[in-house]
Amino acid sequence: MNQFLFGTLPYIALTVLILGSIARYERDPATWKSSSSQLLRRRMLMWGSVLFHVGVLVVFFGHLFGLLIPVEFWDALGVRHEWKQALAAIGGGIAGAMALIGALLLIVRRLSDPRVAASSSFADTAIIIILAIQLVLGLATVPVSLANMDGHEMVKLMNWANGIFTFDGAAASYIADVPLIFKAHIVLGLIIFILFPFTRLVHLVSGLAAFVRYLLRPGFQIVRSRKGKRA
Amino acid sequence: MKVRAQIGMVLNLDKCIGCHTCSVTCKNVWTSRDGVEYAWFNNVETKPGIGYPKDWENQKRWKGGWQRTASGKLVPKQGAKWRILANIFANPSLPEIDDYYEPFTFDYDHLKSAPEMEAFPTARPRSLVSGERIEKIEWGPNWEEILGGEFAKRSKDYNFEGVQKEIYGEYENTFMMYLPRLCEHCLNPACVASCPSGAIYKREEDGVVLIDQEKCRGWRMCVSGCPYKKIYYNWESGKSEKCTFCYPRIESGMPTVCSETCVGRIRYLGVMLYDADRIAEAASVAGETDLYDAQLGIFLDPNDPAVIEAARAEGVPEDWIEAARHSPVWKMAMEWKVAFPLHPEYRTLPMVWYIPPLSPIKNAAEAGMLGHDTEMPDVKNLRIPVRYLANMLTAGDEAPVVTALERMLAMRAYMRGVKVNGEADASIAEKVGLDALTIEEMYHVMAIANYEDRFVIPTTHREQVEDAYDLRGGCGFTDGNQCSAGSSGGKLFGSRKIVLPAAE
Repeated sequence: MNQFLFGTLPYIALTVLILGSIARYERDPATWKSSSSQLLRRRMLMWGSVLFHVGVLVVFFGHLFGLLIPVEFWDALGVRHEWKQALAAIGGGIAGAMALIGALLLIVRRLSDPRVAASSSFADTAIIIILAIQLVLGLATVPVSLANMDGHEMVKLMNWANGIFTFDGAAASYIADVPLIFKAHIVLGLIIFILFPFTRLVHLVSGLAAFVRYLLRPGFQIVRSRKGKRA
Repeated sequence: MKVRAQIGMVLNLDKCIGCHTCSVTCKNVWTSRDGVEYAWFNNVETKPGIGYPKDWENQKRWKGGWQRTASGKLVPKQGAKWRILANIFANPSLPEIDDYYEPFTFDYDHLKSAPEMEAFPTARPRSLVSGERIEKIEWGPNWEEILGGEFAKRSKDYNFEGVQKEIYGEYENTFMMYLPRLCEHCLNPACVASCPSGAIYKREEDGVVLIDQEKCRGWRMCVSGCPYKKIYYNWESGKSEKCTFCYPRIESGMPTVCSETCVGRIRYLGVMLYDADRIAEAASVAGETDLYDAQLGIFLDPNDPAVIEAARAEGVPEDWIEAARHSPVWKMAMEWKVAFPLHPEYRTLPMVWYIPPLSPIKNAAEAGMLGHDTEMPDVKNLRIPVRYLANMLTAGDEAPVVTALERMLAMRAYMRGVKVNGEADASIAEKVGLDALTIEEMYHVMAIANYEDRFVIPTTHREQVEDAYDLRGGCGFTDGNQCSAGSSGGKLFGSRKIVLPAAE
């Protein structure tokens, strides 16, 4: 079971994430969108959305860099494991709490506002609840982490993540003995990867792309010429 | 000089009767769909009024259009790129649907299905968004129609700036006019500039501004970026939509639906050549009242051999250059100076222009004006304050508006002389800086307004850019995946199921 959840499932999840997203972008670009409901109801969205998005993005990039950059890199830099764990726990804790408050506001808004509720798809409602649960699980790891500040558990998780991306067949065994709460957090995270192409989560990619491309766009205007090239 | 051509529009407000035919035909063609029930690509407002959406002209509130920085550069009023990106999670300047109106229907079925009751059954309103009962409709399309509502609310109209507005709330002094509005297809569009996805673009060949539905991600910065509030967020599809200038019709040489169906024949369509290299320069002149002149300055004379040569070099087709020479828009905007851009102070260089309306003469009888055939009344005595019109059309500069109104009055006086008294008085034309021949042409184009004078639209030369053979057997305009309606595989990726009504 451990091997399936942490050795096989990650590859299934990443495959669905990547191929599913490509298929959707290619076959159904008209559905690729943020699905904003701000027009219908402004109330609770301003705080909810900003807190949620800022928090989640910090957490997301925190995980990305924290897990995927090999432990040897930090060692070479002289960053002690305790420091990195403290940063992860405290920074992640604060950002996670922000995101959770935002998510709760958004859930209340989505369920209680008649306009937003009526225009929500099942996936819209489900995904924000799943993300909130994931945030709760993530925050629940913080006290476990703080109880043991030597960075030992964190290095196990880093080795596992690195192992997955280097096709290390023994990756799952690195985290066989981490506390259950971490495992639950990882499994739900992989499930979210699988859900990603089928929900509005895909707008994350567009948001990051827009950020880069908008800032790089020369000037403000876009003119399409007859030949299809941009002038 | 980089010559580009655009199909521009002029609306002669002097002849608008406020019948809403333009709005209704536009609605039937383009926005009778889920998610855009509240959207009117074309709407007609009664002015003075706060309009649709509420208070749209107040850019302190909605942050539409451009602002000129201290260094003379232009940035969108809602902020530079980083500022727009910072607001991507929640756009502080986005109107809520109630600022337009909550779309509603009525329980018509109740009229025939109600049980026997003491009172007649009624069809009560129901929200088209939430499906819930609306006890009281608070706002709707044309809520201010023919001066509906209290003057206290309507007088928040931005165009009263600098006008002693109190007296216009009195019954004896009140005034009104109609303002049909659509996308301005600006030369310097703020919506294009605001789009982080780069989904909105201006077409080089005819100037139409469009939103690529496959690239739009629903960041909704264009909605707040457009100072005319003519981009609408489709809450069902999650993408923004706007007036397409009926480009499939324009491409084949036909007028837009709103123009074609205009009962009062107030709309004109024609080619304008302009210098694309000078757009930024014209849009960023320091003084707001100089913007009207600056925009006139980048239009190019289609009779000038140098312009014609440059246009050919840029690949402007020969029939487009020819059409520009007969453009009613050129005549009214450039030759006669009777048409003006809507709110040039937004710095978007709009391309839908307006001829200001004449209005009844205040205290006409007292002033002894009635019965004088050739005497020209002072435009200051017209019921609609000149300053009000100037605030709308020239950023507050009254002189050009006065000239236009005087020319229109002169046209009436001169033609009355010709038609009623049987004598042409050329001195009337000279008083307003025109000659008799020009006045007669103005009369022909503006008053008679024959179809072929109103619409001078060259067809698009698609044969120059694509092989028509490849289009054979195609499926025309679709909004989905090639020939599918976009809903076949859509459910897998979260689009809502489309339920077709069952056949009875």
